[in-house]
Amino acid sequence: MPLIDVPLIDVQSLERTFVRRKRAGAVRRTTETVRAVHDLSFGIEAGEMVGYIGPNGAGKSTTIKMLTGILVPTSGRVTVAGLEPQRDRVELARRIGVVFGQRTTLWWDLPLRDSFDLLQKIYRTDPARHRENLDRFLELLDLHELLDTPVRQLSLGQRMRGDIVAALLHDPEILYLDEPTIGLDVVSKGRLREFLRALNKERGTTLLLTTHDLQDIEALCDRVIVIDHGTAVYDGDLAGLHQRGGSTRTLVVDLVDEAPPIDVPGATTRRVEGPRQWLSFPADASAAPLVAAVAAAYDVADLSIQEPAIEDVIRELYSGPPR
Amino acid sequence: MADALVLTRRYVDIASLWVRAAWVYRTSFVTLVVANGLLTGLDAVAIFIMFSQLDQLGGFSLHEVALLYGASSIGLGIADTLIGSVERIGEHIRTGRLDQMLTKPLPLLLQVCADQFTLRRLGRITQASIVFAWAATYVDWTPARAGVAVLMVLSGGALFFGLFVMFSCIQFVTKDATEFSNAFTYGGATLTQYPLTIFPRELMRSLTFVVPVAFVNWYPCLYLLGRDDPWGMPSWLQFCSPLAAGAMVGVALLVWRTSVRHYTSTGS
Repeated sequence: MPLIDVPLIDVQSLERTFVRRKRAGAVRRTTETVRAVHDLSFGIEAGEMVGYIGPNGAGKSTTIKMLTGILVPTSGRVTVAGLEPQRDRVELARRIGVVFGQRTTLWWDLPLRDSFDLLQKIYRTDPARHRENLDRFLELLDLHELLDTPVRQLSLGQRMRGDIVAALLHDPEILYLDEPTIGLDVVSKGRLREFLRALNKERGTTLLLTTHDLQDIEALCDRVIVIDHGTAVYDGDLAGLHQRGGSTRTLVVDLVDEAPPIDVPGATTRRVEGPRQWLSFPADASAAPLVAAVAAAYDVADLSIQEPAIEDVIRELYSGPPR
Repeated sequence: MADALVLTRRYVDIASLWVRAAWVYRTSFVTLVVANGLLTGLDAVAIFIMFSQLDQLGGFSLHEVALLYGASSIGLGIADTLIGSVERIGEHIRTGRLDQMLTKPLPLLLQVCADQFTLRRLGRITQASIVFAWAATYVDWTPARAGVAVLMVLSGGALFFGLFVMFSCIQFVTKDATEFSNAFTYGGATLTQYPLTIFPRELMRSLTFVVPVAFVNWYPCLYLLGRDDPWGMPSWLQFCSPLAAGAMVGVALLVWRTSVRHYTSTGS
C-alpha cells in the first residue's frame, strides 16, 4: 500500500496561546490569553528553501520553537521528518540544525576547532564523515585559517559562519536559520547566501529562514511564507508577493545640478530635495533600463537603490496597491 | 546501562571543554580555587573558634563535630562541582540558552549541569577533606564503618544533587529565584554542619523526613562514632542514607521532568 505523501515539515491548523498576567490595580491581577499563532497550516517538501517572514511579534519564533520541539502547540499538529517535535525532541535534534542569529553556540574562549570537536561527540557523527564535512564547509566559508582562533577574536561575520558550520556538521536534513545575515556587511552576506545555495543544491538540505532582509529571500528562496498576527497571510513566490503588495523599490538619484522632477517612463518621482530625487518603481521590474533612461537624460552624480522593507511590503499587502 | 555510560562520557566531554576554557585565564582560575577554599573554610574556622570556648556542642566533642562538618561539606562540594550549574536555569531561560540546549540531542538536565562546569569548587572539597581526614583519625575504624563512610559520601553527594535540582526548578516559575533556591540548598547544608542535638526536635524531624539532609552526615556519623541516637530515633536509620538519597533523586527527577514539561507547554 503506498504511503500518503506527507511533506517533510507538516503544519496543520496550528495554534499556540500564551497566558499573560496583567496588573489590574495595586494587588489584583488578571490574566489574558494571547494567541501567538492560530490557523497556521503549511507543508514544506524536502529540498525546499523557504523564507518565513513577518513583522516582530508576528509569531515567527513561536512557530520555529514548535517546529524544533522547544514549545508544545496548544492545538493543531506538527510533524517534522515524521516525528512529533516535542515528544521526539532528542531524535529530531539529530536531524535538524538550528542557528539563532543573535546567540552563538560556540565556546567563546576556545578555538573554533574545540567547539566542532565537541559537536562531533554530542551528535556522535562518524569521525570520517565529520572530517569530510568540516573540510568542505571550512573551504566553502573560507574559515580554514581561523580554525585555531579563539571565538571571541572572530568578527561577527566569521562567528556567524562558524555557527552555521556548527549547525551542519551532523548532516541535518533541515536547517533553521533565524536572521542569519543580521549585522553582516555586504561581502559576508553575499558569501553566506552563496554557501547556503550550494548546500541546498549539493545536499538537498531543506532551509527555513526567518529574516528582515528581503534580499536574503530574493537570493535564496523560491517560496515565501508571510506571517502576521499569528497566521499566514501569504504563501507563494517572491514575485507574487511584490505583485500583491504592489511594493516598490526606490531609486535615489543625485544630480549634478538641481532640476525639476525627473520624468522617465516606468517610475514616479516621489520627492525632490535640492539635487537629490527619489523615484519609485515596481519591485519586480529591473532597475537597469530605468537607470539607463535617467543617465541618458540627466547629468547624474550618483545613484543608489533602496529595497522595500519587509514591514512596508506587508503593510501594503493589507492596504492594497498604492494609488 | 550502556546509555548511562554514553551520557556520562558526554558530560565529561562538555565539562572538560569548560575546564579548558577556564584554563585560558589561569591566574584567575587558581585565585578562585584558593578563594573558594578559604571562604568555605571559614565555616570550619568558626567551629574551631567555638570550641576554644566550649568543651562540647550539643553533647558532641570537637573531633565529632569536625567529622559531621567534613562529611557534609564533602557531599555538598561534590554535588556543587558536578551539578551546581543547575542553579543558573533562570538565567538560561532569560537569555534563550535553554532553548538552544533543547535543540541538542542530549537530555536537558545533563546539558544544564555540565554547562559552565568549573573546578573552582575543588577549594571546598579540599578543605572539607582535610577536616574530615583529621576527624577520622579519632574514629575507631571497622570494615563496616568504612563501608558506611563510603556510602555516606556518595549518598551525601546524591542528596545534595536532588536538593539542587529540585529547588532550582522553582526558577522555571519565577525566573529570579536563585537566592530563594539557595536558602534551601546551602541553607540545608549549613544546618548539617552542626550536631542536630542543638536544634529543636521538630527541626530534626523535618531534616529526617521532609528535606532529608540529616542522612547526609548525621545518621551515618552516629554509626561511625558508635553513638546511640541522642533523640532516640531507631538505629537502623543510620544505614538508610542510600535509600534517602535514592528517594530524593527520584523525586527531584520527577520535579525536573514536570518543570521542563511546564516550560515547553507555557513558554517563557
